[in-house]
Amino acid sequence: MELVCPAGSLPALKAAVDNGASAVYVGFKDETNARHFSGLNFKEAKVQSALSYARSKGVKLFVAVNTYSQPDGWQKWQKAVDIASDVGVDALICADIGVLDYATQQHPDLNLHLSVQGSGTNSASLSFYKDNFNIKRAVLPRVLSLKQVAQVAKKSPVDLEVFAFGSLCIMAEGRCYLSSYLTDQSPNTCGACSPAEFVRWQETDSGLESRLNEVLIDRYGEGEKAGYPTLCKGRFDIDGQVSNVLEEPTSLNTIGLLPDLDAMGIKAVKIEGRQRSPVYVEQVVKVWRQAIDDYQRNPDNFKVKKQWSKALAKVSEGAQTTLGAYSRSWQ
Amino acid sequence: MKVSLGPILFFWPKQKVFDFYEKMLDTSVDTIYLGETVCSKRRELSTADWLDLAERLAESGKEVVVSSLALLMAESELSTLRSICEKAPVKVEANDISAVQVLSEKGLPFVCGPSTNIYNARTLKLMQERGAVRWVMPVELSGHCLQTILQQAQEMGFADKIETEVFSYGHLPLAYSARCFTARHLDLPKDNCKFSCIDYPEGILVKSQEQQKLFNLNGTQTQSSDIYNLLAQKDEMKAMGVDMLRVSPVVEGTEQIIERFKSVGVSNENSIPLSDEFCNGYWYAKPGMDTVLEGGLI
Repeated sequence: MELVCPAGSLPALKAAVDNGASAVYVGFKDETNARHFSGLNFKEAKVQSALSYARSKGVKLFVAVNTYSQPDGWQKWQKAVDIASDVGVDALICADIGVLDYATQQHPDLNLHLSVQGSGTNSASLSFYKDNFNIKRAVLPRVLSLKQVAQVAKKSPVDLEVFAFGSLCIMAEGRCYLSSYLTDQSPNTCGACSPAEFVRWQETDSGLESRLNEVLIDRYGEGEKAGYPTLCKGRFDIDGQVSNVLEEPTSLNTIGLLPDLDAMGIKAVKIEGRQRSPVYVEQVVKVWRQAIDDYQRNPDNFKVKKQWSKALAKVSEGAQTTLGAYSRSWQ
Repeated sequence: MKVSLGPILFFWPKQKVFDFYEKMLDTSVDTIYLGETVCSKRRELSTADWLDLAERLAESGKEVVVSSLALLMAESELSTLRSICEKAPVKVEANDISAVQVLSEKGLPFVCGPSTNIYNARTLKLMQERGAVRWVMPVELSGHCLQTILQQAQEMGFADKIETEVFSYGHLPLAYSARCFTARHLDLPKDNCKFSCIDYPEGILVKSQEQQKLFNLNGTQTQSSDIYNLLAQKDEMKAMGVDMLRVSPVVEGTEQIIERFKSVGVSNENSIPLSDEFCNGYWYAKPGMDTVLEGGLI
C-alpha cells in the first residue's frame, strides 16, 4: 500500500521523503491547487529540485492542479499542467473536467489522478473520468463510509486512494461553497477555504472571537482551545441554542482501518496537510510508515500501537481523532 | 426569456407536492424540473411516482425534466439513478457526473445541473459533446465569468448547441454532505432520522451568535439563509445570451415569483423589491451573502 504524503515546502518534502513516504504531493504557488495559502507551495524551479530529491530516494512526486479553472485565468491552469508534464512528475492530480481534457489532449502520456475535489463518490462517476481522460487513480471524498468505500472499490475502473489522516471535510469536496458565500473565495475557485486575509481574531469581554469577513464564527471561553474559523466547524445559533451545528472540530485518523482498506484493494492512503509544518509531516509520516510496515510484515495480527496514537494525537487538529464518515454512526 | 421551476429542494408530503405542481400548471412557467436531488431516504414519492408525475405534467405542453440526486454514495442510489435514466419519459437533469456518464452512454440528451461543476468553456464543450443540451452555471460564479464562458463558447463554435440557465431565485444550495444536519440538530442518528426534515418545509435557520442570518439546513444540504435574487439582472442576462432563469420553489408565493420573473423588464414596475432578505453578491464576484444595490429594478 502506497503512503502519499503532503508537502507545502521543500523542508516538508524532505521530511516526507526521509521518513518513509512512497509518494509526495505538492502544488504550485497560485490558485491552481486546493491549498493556496501565502508562503506555501512550489515555484517551477523548486518543483524540479523537489522531484530530484524525491527520485534520488526512490520516492514519487505528484503535483496537484486541482481547483476549477475560471475563464479569465485559464492560462494559469494550462501552464501548471504544462510545467508538471515538462518536469516529468509521476502523476498530475486534477479535478476540473476542462483541465483534465487539456492534459489528456496535450500530454497524452501524463499519469492522471482524479483529485478528491473531483467529487467522484461512486463507480459510474469514476467510469466517466476513466473513459474520457484515462485517469489511473481516484482519491475518494471523505464523505464515504467504510461500507461505501468497499462498494466503490468493488466496481471501480481505476485504482483508489483514500484519506488516512488529517483534517476532515464534512462536506463533499468540490461541492462546498460555504467559504465563497462569506468571502467570495472557495476551494473550487481559489484553492482556499476561509482564506487567511478574511480571518480576524479579537479578544473581547465575552471571550476570544474568531471572525470571517466580519461574521462571527466562534467565541471561546477561558481555557477553551480555539480552532481556525473554518465555516463548518463554527458554533452557531439555532432557535437560541448555540452549538457546532455542522461539525465538531475533529480530525481524521484511520490507522486502525489499515487491514480493512487493504482487504478492499485500496492502493494508497493519503495524509492531509500541505499547509502543515515539516515537523507535522515528519511525525505523521514516520508513524504511518511504521504502521504500514508492521501490517505488511504480519497482516493477521495487526494492532495499533499506543505510541502511534499518542504521537498522532499530538499533531491532530482539535487534538481528537475520529474515523469520520468511515464509521457509519458518524453519518 | 424562459423561466424554469427548479426541483423542490425540501422534503414535502406527497399531497403537498401534487398540489404544488397543480398550481404550477396554471402559471406561465416554461419548464418544470422535478425529482429528489438532496437525499435518497426521502421517499414520500417513489421514483415511479416522480416519473408518473413528470409524464402527467408534460401533457400540459410545458417542458418537464426529471432532476437526479446530487451526491451518490451507495450502490442503491446508483441503481435508482440508472432506473431514472432508463425510464424517464422526459429529459433528465444530471446533478452528479455519474448521471452524465449513464446518460451519455445511452446517447440521451440531458441537462447539466448546478452541481456538475462547469466552471469554464472547455468543460462546457465536453459536456455538450457528450449530450448536454442545457447547463446551469455553478451558483458561486459571477456574471462576468458567465459572460466570458459564453463568449468563448461562441468563439469555439458551439454556443448555439447548448442552452444556458441561471439559478436566479431561491435559497442557494451551498454544500452537500453525507451527514444530515437536520437529524444532528434534533440529536437523531442519520440511520434513524425519522425523516424529520419533513417538519421543516423551508429548512432550519442558522444564525451567528450575533443573530446574523447565515445558513439554512435542509437535511444533508446546506443552503444560504438569504434568498438569492437575480431579477434585476434579467436584462443583463438576456443580453449575454442566457436562455432560462431558474426559480427554486419556496413554501409561499412561488407562482407570483414566477410571474414576476416572466413579465419583468427594465421599464416594468412589477418588480420584487431587493431587501436585505435577498442577496446577489455572487453575480458581482463578491461574497455570495452580499447585497449589491444596483440595476434599474431595485
